[in-house]
Amino acid sequence: MVAREIVGAASAAQGRLKPALRLLAAVALVGLAGFAGAEPGRTPKPSITIEKPGQCVEPTDVMRRDHMKLLRHQRDKTMHEGIRTKNHSLNECIACHASQKTGSVLGKDGFCQSCHDYAAVKPDCWDCHQPKPGLKAATGVKP
Amino acid sequence: MSENNSRRGFLATSAAALAGLTLAPGIRLVEIAAAKPDHEPVTAKVRWGMLIDTTRCQSGCTECVSACGKENGLSEVTKPRTDAQWIRKIDLKELKTGRALSLPMMCQHCAHPPCVDVCPTGASFKRADGIVLVDRHICIGCRYCMMACPYKARSFVHEPLTDQNPEVPRGQGCVESCTLCVHRVDRGGTPACVEACAAAGGGNGGAMLFGDLNDPESAIAKRIREVKTTQVRADLKLDLGVRYEGI
Repeated sequence: MVAREIVGAASAAQGRLKPALRLLAAVALVGLAGFAGAEPGRTPKPSITIEKPGQCVEPTDVMRRDHMKLLRHQRDKTMHEGIRTKNHSLNECIACHASQKTGSVLGKDGFCQSCHDYAAVKPDCWDCHQPKPGLKAATGVKP
Repeated sequence: MSENNSRRGFLATSAAALAGLTLAPGIRLVEIAAAKPDHEPVTAKVRWGMLIDTTRCQSGCTECVSACGKENGLSEVTKPRTDAQWIRKIDLKELKTGRALSLPMMCQHCAHPPCVDVCPTGASFKRADGIVLVDRHICIGCRYCMMACPYKARSFVHEPLTDQNPEVPRGQGCVESCTLCVHRVDRGGTPACVEACAAAGGGNGGAMLFGDLNDPESAIAKRIREVKTTQVRADLKLDLGVRYEGI
């Protein structure tokens, strides 16, 4: 509302000033939005617990931005070419990042789930993949 | 890291040297496992195959089926029409003569697999080393491959799963079948069913032989050179990776 008034006023004034004022209004709006977002308790923050400190296979910023690309690339290499290197393997991620409490990367504070819940992303890895490391299926088949 | 690698390399080399000890010309203590390094892709130089000696396969023995279930996290088959079966035992009887035999039936890992021909998405594929697999990331669960397979080798997963083996991801809505225990083979191992069959056979070895059909020195290649073996439904000319002896 405030922004519209400012822009309206600006259009009445010299045309040259218009872009600058628009920018100013935009900055003001973003500032307001930022303030609303900072209200405590509105947004659940992801709880990222690194239980095994040490260097990940790639720098942290690369992993945050591109872990899905690395996993996807490795997935195709493993599935179709039988390349089973460990660096970008999902099972190795799970082995390192599973919570010692729950033994899983899922759950409220799970390494994978807490962040994906925050980002509103639902990966379908867990439809097939085992979120707990080293689990050997106990079921035996009886024909 | 490099220290680790060199240590591993040393161990692998010494193990291979030990395994390669020749007792007599052509007879090794242990067959050298054809393990490829993890970072190298599989090649068509290898063609994995299996030979099943039906004269040694006992009716009523289901060691191979149990081992498959345990290795791949398949649950007990309570509903045979819908539950996943990667390998099953079949008892055959020739009505006229009464000759009976028993054999395990599973994916035959064809060189020209009909399941790959019909797959609309490319999920059903043959690896360079001859292992036929389903890429569940691409499978849409249409089940054309199940209908195309002459060996009834494929199953559809109808219900959500939770107790997968980490090395064998499986899930609802996809078709699956015998993978020749690809996760073991890639590390130089043998399929779980072959291992269980050999264990059940005591010191005499089992009824199942696994190896590289392309390597003239492998036990399986030698055996199929010496005795008459059969491809099931050879008339379809699919060039199977799994062969049977004595049927």
